[in-house]
Amino acid sequence: MEHATVPAWALLAYLVSGVFFILALRGLSSPASSRRGNRFGMAGMLIAVVTTLATHVPMIQGDNFNSYHGPDFDAIAWVLGAIGLGAVIGLTTARKIAMTDMPQLVAAFHSLVGLAAVLVAAAAFLNPASFGILATPEEFMDPAEFAKLGLINPVSRIEMGLGVAIGAITFSGSVIAFLKLAGKMSGAPILLTMRHVINLGTLASILGLTAYFVVDQSPWVFWTITALSFLIGFLLIIPIGGADMPVVVSMLNSYSGWAAAAMGFTLHNSAMIITGALVGSSGAILSYIMCKAMNRSFISVIAGGFGADSGAAAGGAAKVDRPWKRGSAEDAAYMMSQAESVIIVPGYGMAVAQAQHALREMADLLKKEGVSVKYAIHPVAGRMPGHMNVLLAEANVPYDEVFELEDINSEFAQTDVAFIIGANDVVNPAAKTDKSSPIYGMPVFDVDKAKTVFFIKRSMGGVGYAGVDNDVFYMDQTMMLLADAKKMVDDIVKALQH
Amino acid sequence: MDFISILSIFVLACFVGYYVVWSVTPALHTPLMAVTNAISSVIIVGALIAAAASGAPGAKWLGLLAIVLASINIFGGFAVTERMLAMYKKKDK
Repeated sequence: MEHATVPAWALLAYLVSGVFFILALRGLSSPASSRRGNRFGMAGMLIAVVTTLATHVPMIQGDNFNSYHGPDFDAIAWVLGAIGLGAVIGLTTARKIAMTDMPQLVAAFHSLVGLAAVLVAAAAFLNPASFGILATPEEFMDPAEFAKLGLINPVSRIEMGLGVAIGAITFSGSVIAFLKLAGKMSGAPILLTMRHVINLGTLASILGLTAYFVVDQSPWVFWTITALSFLIGFLLIIPIGGADMPVVVSMLNSYSGWAAAAMGFTLHNSAMIITGALVGSSGAILSYIMCKAMNRSFISVIAGGFGADSGAAAGGAAKVDRPWKRGSAEDAAYMMSQAESVIIVPGYGMAVAQAQHALREMADLLKKEGVSVKYAIHPVAGRMPGHMNVLLAEANVPYDEVFELEDINSEFAQTDVAFIIGANDVVNPAAKTDKSSPIYGMPVFDVDKAKTVFFIKRSMGGVGYAGVDNDVFYMDQTMMLLADAKKMVDDIVKALQH
Repeated sequence: MDFISILSIFVLACFVGYYVVWSVTPALHTPLMAVTNAISSVIIVGALIAAAASGAPGAKWLGLLAIVLASINIFGGFAVTERMLAMYKKKDK
């Protein structure tokens, strides 16, 4: 086809780069091999970029007036400058970002991929010849006259339409996710009336216009697809609440992959297609894992509104005053130092309070007393998949002390102390017993089976994200530690040192 | 490459992605997102082509802007992944 200009060695290089990206993800199967994996990723990217630079050197075509014919050094400088600028911004951000801010950083990065996809698609639309996606003339046509029409290959038009749409959705959706995660916008779901009708209508128009784009490549069609896609990305994420963000972030991750794949189809580039497929499936699998960990269907998460209305009814009945016990830092320090085993269950509250370092200090002191300390992490703890693991790793908690839900849940029955810090819904036994509860069916930690439970919480007033009361608060063996998580753990550390 | 060969690569890569991602340990899901983010910026290939092409100046500027955005992601994504992965340590004994 029209891609005869790309030499065979370049096609091979793109393939190698794609394989390196596969190895990059493969490396993440264990922390031990993960850094080598990341190096593979870097190498793959280097190969792809160098190959493209080498095969697409900007040229000046000499003519009678301008005898210079050769590389356009100005243009090359601009390209290298753009890469350099991105490198400086990227590296500075990566170095400065606090680990607790990781979810919003990832959302911000997703938005950049989305916007870049939109820009590339737009560039391809404005200059189809440079991307080699012009339609081939029929035999009876005059090739020169045909070229003047600048018609784009019909298949490429669909790919381009889908690419720009997915890119735009990724961009505006990620911007909203970023604003919600960074606390610059309320995390509460915002529900428009008729939102399902509006969303479905917009989606249908995007698909309809993409199909129409095949017969009419007028600019208005392309730009309307783009504008509607920006709109739908915005509308889709607005109604989704804060604790559903792990699913949203994973989903946007998936979209950014599909956007890259769509552009890979346009450019006939194997590195982009392989990467797009990898990233697309990665995000999709993560979304699936997150949904399963909340026992919710993907559709219900996307439809949004969770935690806005359902909780009030279910929690209402439990608002009657029930007796609970308040513990102190000294109680917690004493009980835990006498215990044989302690399991710590961290949640988003730990991240908010930045309590991970204090927590590790507490665990170290307990270990010195001969207590076995383990950490139990729920798949949806925090605001993105694996959020808690990163924070604990940052605080130098060895990863072999950190366990997943299914690996540790049976141990609570033999555990002296369950120490819950900043988590709530993931330890709520109502998920196992109360069919009317909005979180019914969600896999939860059996902390109610532990001999003693310490529950750090800011006050008795608030309930978890799902708005459900938690029976664990009122159990005989539970002591509520009402304070800021970081301050409480600091106090326990002080008490342990005495 | 014709459409069918490209589609074949895509479909097979989806399967590879499926199996490779399931083998990723849940503890590394955040680095996974960061690194997939970085590699999906391979879209920079398209941006470089757009920026290098002569002809439409508008397309060129869009390409340059896309290069900046994708580079932020590439450098930022790999660097932050590296930073995170360096923190995962085993118990020292």
